[in-house]
Amino acid sequence: MQHEDEWFDGDAGPVVRPYALTGGLTRPSGERLDLIDMVRAVRAAGRSLPLSPEQADVLERCPIPVTLVELSADLNLPIGVLKILVSDMRDRGLVTIHRSKSAGLSDLKILQEVVDGLRRL
Amino acid sequence: MAYGGYDQGSATAVTPVTVKILVAGGFGAGKTTLVGSVSEIRPLRTEETLSERSELVDSLYGVEQKSTTTVAMDFGRITIRDDLVVYLFGTPGQRRFWFMWDDLSYGALGAVVLADERRLADCFPSIDYFERNKIPFIVAVNSFDGTQHHSLETITQALSLSGRVPVIRCDARHRASSRDVLVTLAEHAIARHHHAQFA
Repeated sequence: MQHEDEWFDGDAGPVVRPYALTGGLTRPSGERLDLIDMVRAVRAAGRSLPLSPEQADVLERCPIPVTLVELSADLNLPIGVLKILVSDMRDRGLVTIHRSKSAGLSDLKILQEVVDGLRRL
Repeated sequence: MAYGGYDQGSATAVTPVTVKILVAGGFGAGKTTLVGSVSEIRPLRTEETLSERSELVDSLYGVEQKSTTTVAMDFGRITIRDDLVVYLFGTPGQRRFWFMWDDLSYGALGAVVLADERRLADCFPSIDYFERNKIPFIVAVNSFDGTQHHSLETITQALSLSGRVPVIRCDARHRASSRDVLVTLAEHAIARHHHAQFA
């Protein structure tokens, strides 16, 4: 007789496919989101809101701004899935997304503040 | 009321400026060790989902027909001020992960390429990538076994780096050493900025 639970091993891959967590949505809406963009809840989760458990988790975690990458680690959701969830929530007015500054080569003042701050570590 | 939202007035937390630094290098070069030694949090792990064609599944369209896999990435955080936070991302260096770097390096301050001098070739792909994409980077030779097999000049030559790319030694296990690596990178990024402006 077969052991039915044997199929659920690591090699079988995730049992829940990513798109099952996104309500069938397959791509984030709007502009490209960055790992260090910050998400902040506009309102608390309530029973009147039609939210998936994952979206309720997102709302709960970000009464103050939290980066996408930290939410991803915290909620154990792949970045790609999280981007879709939060862009949907933004479109529904549940969260705001603050774009990170591209400190890259553009903002000398921020670069200097980073150097000074790191030196003090 | 049990719910009804966060009052706009009461939630006055500042939204910090966030800055990215990449830590790249071959397998076992000490990326997570470096991130962990300077980060104020234990390195956290996040995952990206990719399709079998190694495309970032930012779009999940069609994933039901493709086999997907995940790539793990470790990251850490340094809060410089309430309103300025640096994120460090340890990223696998092999060429097959480059698709992920486009997203990761977008807007980044720069990158540290960690080298293990016994396996110097492991960091060629990382160097290639950052040169090609004009991202400021430095090379940090992680001398964790205490022995120095080659001089920094020899290593610079072996990596065929231009003289402007800093090559330094570090011990990624030590906070002060890892901090110095990040300071060197940030200073290099500033120097590049000046160079770009006045060249």
